[in-house]
Amino acid sequence: MPKEQANWSPYDNNGGSCVAVAGADYCVIAADTRMSTGYNILTRDYSKICKLADKCVMASSGFQADVKALQKHLAARHLIYQHQHNKQMSCPAMAQLLSNTLYYKRFFPYYSFNVLGGLDNEGKGCVFTYDAVGSYEKVGYSSQGSGSTLIMPFLDNQLKSPSPLLLPAQDAVTPLAEAEAIDLVKTVFASASERDIYTGDKLEIVVINADGIRREYMDLRKD
Amino acid sequence: MFRNQYDTDVTTWSPAGRLFQVEYAMEAVKQGSAAIGLRSKTHVVLGCVNKANSELSSHQKKIFKVDDHIGVAIAGLTADGRVLSRYMRNECINYSFTYESPLPVGRLVVQLADKAQVCTQRSWKRPYGVGLLVAGLDESGAHLYYNCPSGNYFEYQAFAIGSRSQAAKTYLERRFENFTDSSRDDLVKDAIMAIRETLQGETLKSSICTIAVVGVGEPFHVLDQGTVQQIIDTFETAAEQEDPATEPDAATGQEAAAEQGTAADQGGSTDEGAAPMDI
Repeated sequence: MPKEQANWSPYDNNGGSCVAVAGADYCVIAADTRMSTGYNILTRDYSKICKLADKCVMASSGFQADVKALQKHLAARHLIYQHQHNKQMSCPAMAQLLSNTLYYKRFFPYYSFNVLGGLDNEGKGCVFTYDAVGSYEKVGYSSQGSGSTLIMPFLDNQLKSPSPLLLPAQDAVTPLAEAEAIDLVKTVFASASERDIYTGDKLEIVVINADGIRREYMDLRKD
Repeated sequence: MFRNQYDTDVTTWSPAGRLFQVEYAMEAVKQGSAAIGLRSKTHVVLGCVNKANSELSSHQKKIFKVDDHIGVAIAGLTADGRVLSRYMRNECINYSFTYESPLPVGRLVVQLADKAQVCTQRSWKRPYGVGLLVAGLDESGAHLYYNCPSGNYFEYQAFAIGSRSQAAKTYLERRFENFTDSSRDDLVKDAIMAIRETLQGETLKSSICTIAVVGVGEPFHVLDQGTVQQIIDTFETAAEQEDPATEPDAATGQEAAAEQGTAADQGGSTDEGAAPMDI
């Protein structure tokens, strides 16, 4: 007897793309603001970016209900950390926490594709990229979401990071200046919006550097 | 006082209808170093005396941030206080998570009181030996509560607990009618002066006391030593009189406090020479 299939799925994909680029003393995290379901648009103005700690920001695409739950969970854990340690969580610490949180639901995962960006304890930019169940890696740049197949090759071309397998170990962070990195991100999203139907409307860019966190917006194609 | 016959465990009543173990727990609160709280319509200030076991050790932490809008000062068994603070923090986080809004203080103190009551009615437990002054802000304004080991709680305009708290209470009783409309800075000054009453002669310096504030537009935070020392200096120089320092003075003083804070600290330490290790 053929296996019975479920006639209902607990998941949905709300589309969208996220990108993060690490620099020597800054980090750029960007995501579009379109939220869709199937071939319909739910809203043109939904933020996929969440500030988890002073110097740590997460952008997530996928199923936004799971993303929201994940963000709330991490925010609560961060509050507990602050009570216990009297300081903010560092980006690498948050990266590990996110990984553990995702793997905790290994057998009913958060349908959330994340990129974590921020400054490490020395003030250098760092980006961590994840799959849905918590496998993660520190990288110089990354993209996730519906447009990632279009975006990633372009970032590889422009920011070619030396392989982490090379010896001696080389820096993964890009030599680009902050303004150049922001420009690159804008270009990348403009291109992705052309061909990915789930990416568009508006681009939200968050920049973290020694001065703090700053937010920028840019219009994208609305079709 | 001979009352040893009915005080073996908390589940035994005395013929006079008292639970001695609970009363002994309240004694533990009276033995702890002083903590005071006072509130206006928009702000609540907590203060406590930092008692260190010896000159070599650090002083115990007696004021805890529970959430942005709630803080607590404790007197008595500080370990019990730490555990209860952790409970309060968890409750606030869980409520926030579920309802996306801050836990009303009134609800929190009831939960705390119920938790304390459980320990007065189980033979395998003992009452918490700590009194809590819970300061918080919610939609109905600024609140100050006192939670007893007995499981009772009361709301106060101003209160003091711990050793030599009667002196502070007398000071507060004389002035509480003015507190509702006090400015935030005057409230802080009154808190420090109330603390001074409990010191009974000891020199008042910022290393001896800890002050924390919560108010409208001001999340709960502990004032740094520099700021506190500045405020102490303003009224110490005005001698025994009511402090006439104007608000602009206090404001600019606090802005400069950040820079002068460390200098004042180090200056204070080397001058007095015996400030307890501050963590």
